[in-house]
Amino acid sequence: MANTHHKEHPKYMNIFWWLAGLTVVEVGVAIPEYAMVLKAILLIGLACAKAALVANYFMHLKFEKRTLTLIVITPFLICVFLVFMLMPDLTSDTRHEGIAKPATEVVDTSH
Amino acid sequence: MAHATTLEHTEDEYEPSLTPDSLGKLGMWIFLVGDTMSFGALLAVYAAVRAGAGVIGWVPPSAILGINLTASMTFLLICSSVTMVKALESIQNGNVSRMCTFLGLTILGGVIFLGLQAYEWYHLIKHGLTLTGIPAHGLSGEAISGSTLFGPTFYTITGFHGMHVTGGVIYLIVILIHGLRGRYTAEFNHEVEIVGLYWHFVDLIWIMVFTFIYLL
Repeated sequence: MANTHHKEHPKYMNIFWWLAGLTVVEVGVAIPEYAMVLKAILLIGLACAKAALVANYFMHLKFEKRTLTLIVITPFLICVFLVFMLMPDLTSDTRHEGIAKPATEVVDTSH
Repeated sequence: MAHATTLEHTEDEYEPSLTPDSLGKLGMWIFLVGDTMSFGALLAVYAAVRAGAGVIGWVPPSAILGINLTASMTFLLICSSVTMVKALESIQNGNVSRMCTFLGLTILGGVIFLGLQAYEWYHLIKHGLTLTGIPAHGLSGEAISGSTLFGPTFYTITGFHGMHVTGGVIYLIVILIHGLRGRYTAEFNHEVEIVGLYWHFVDLIWIMVFTFIYLL
């Protein structure tokens, strides 16, 4: 958290050009139609690269104590874990059958 | 001798005491980590709702949302992040008027962003994207159908981000007023750095929102 590091300013305009360039690449990657998985990997990778540039240079995370970086990364990891934990259930085909079956059974017992 | 060595060793092991500037920065970082969880949870729910749309399907965002406008909004926030770091750099070099100019430009960027978001929402609502329904036709006039959860997830996430931008603009205005009154100097400027952390975070979150809500 020491203030002494901030006198050595990173080259902010270089970061700006990187961010602007990556945004153009993102739009270029997003517009054509192709495999969704590949598109998702490319776009999420580009977004993470941009986020890392903002956090490291604009928010000076690169120049702070390493512990702070670990603390900041934790919620991102938890959220990624949350999504991956939900995915197997959501993308499973059996869930439709699972919902349909009990409903049919309820109708049968009423007769 | 042995006692002195032990004491020295103990002092080295502990963190230095929190100072007013490091305390404020730590407080902002803790808030931002919590806020990351809020946005992360919203985006995780969005992913779950979208993946779970199943047979009803999910309309491709590009069929409803204008990517060019939001790409410009992304570029605008990146520009405002640059003016923010320039404001901090200026005051660290002791240049108050330059800091105020850059803070003013950052505020302007935030206000234009909000204006563009209001413009986007107005047109989307007019086009039929509401909390309960989706438009019958896409941007290029093709017939579209899919889960009506598109609207609620879109407005909740972009709205939550918009509220953060609004809060950021107000926060920046307060810091600018302090700056104009001569509160900040080359030695005392941690409050400018802290508002910067918040503003860059809002930019960082938009990078994620832009990817997940508009591009994917």
